Amino acid sequence: MDAIKVIEIKKSVFEDNDKDAENLRKELKDKGVFLLNLMSAPGSGKTTTLIQTLNRIKDKVHVAVMEADIDSDVDAVKIREATGVSSIQLHTGGMCHLDAEMTRQGLDNVELKDVDLVVLENVGNLVCPAEFDTGAVRNAMILSVPEGDDKPLKYPLMFTVCDLVIINKTDVMPYFDFDLNRCKEYIHQRNPKAQVIPICAKTGEGVDAFAQWLLAEVNAWKNN
Amino acid sequence: MHELGIVFYIVKDVKQVAEENHVEHVSSVVMDIGEVSTVVPHLLTDCWRWAADKEDVLRGCEMKVNTIPAVTLCGDCNKEYETVKFGKTCPYCNSKNTWLLRGNEVEINSIIV
Repeated sequence: MDAIKVIEIKKSVFEDNDKDAENLRKELKDKGVFLLNLMSAPGSGKTTTLIQTLNRIKDKVHVAVMEADIDSDVDAVKIREATGVSSIQLHTGGMCHLDAEMTRQGLDNVELKDVDLVVLENVGNLVCPAEFDTGAVRNAMILSVPEGDDKPLKYPLMFTVCDLVIINKTDVMPYFDFDLNRCKEYIHQRNPKAQVIPICAKTGEGVDAFAQWLLAEVNAWKNN
Repeated sequence: MHELGIVFYIVKDVKQVAEENHVEHVSSVVMDIGEVSTVVPHLLTDCWRWAADKEDVLRGCEMKVNTIPAVTLCGDCNKEYETVKFGKTCPYCNSKNTWLLRGNEVEINSIIV
């Protein structure tokens, strides 16, 4: 056997995924498709928020939804039934996040020809989805009031990579020790550019603001 | 368990380097893991053991982890300090206008063959 040899690599583990994600974004730009990566902890109300939002925008843009979970298709079925929007379920095979390659495989199953907007509902998790660029044009996350206003301090990377933070379940704010201004301050410490939109997906309050943000982003992506 | 996802990337990269260099067996992989990268070294090495033994070229291959200390730079007083000890707030001038200089690495440093 040969003598011991050291081969230097010095390469970030995320480098390949970052390249895949950048290529995917370029392809989506050419096709005029806007991809939103929606992240959050489990139970923050991602699917309910999506249903409210899709019902407000589905007549203005052509939308498709990709639901990513470890198992089951309850979310995809729920979206289809409540909005009529085409929705597919991706299974991550036990993985706690989606990467750019998995996102691409998901998009291969979406009829993109007439679609303006694809919403990717990532696996409920505040750690790993933040580390893996999916190739999305924008990242948004939902923080729900019962989770606490200090989450931006505890999961800094998630709040650093998001363009938009939606604060959901504002109707229960009186029952929790949640200070909206303090939460915004923590978010902006991590990410001065992040926009913050408070909503209540259950009553629909504030959802219009998110819908407008989304429509403006889709238009900007298609037209610039 | 994001360590497992990261391990799959490492397996892919190391196998590729081994193939490019016509290496039959890799005996160790050296990782540089930043203190605040959110990767837990012992979980990473546990996942590595499980995944590496499924590959002929990596069977029995050991993973060594170098921990890279996290250092933050203060944008106001320009001093550097230990991130893990003081977090986002500069211990010298109390500013929150601070930036992580290093400590976020998840890198494959080298392989030993």
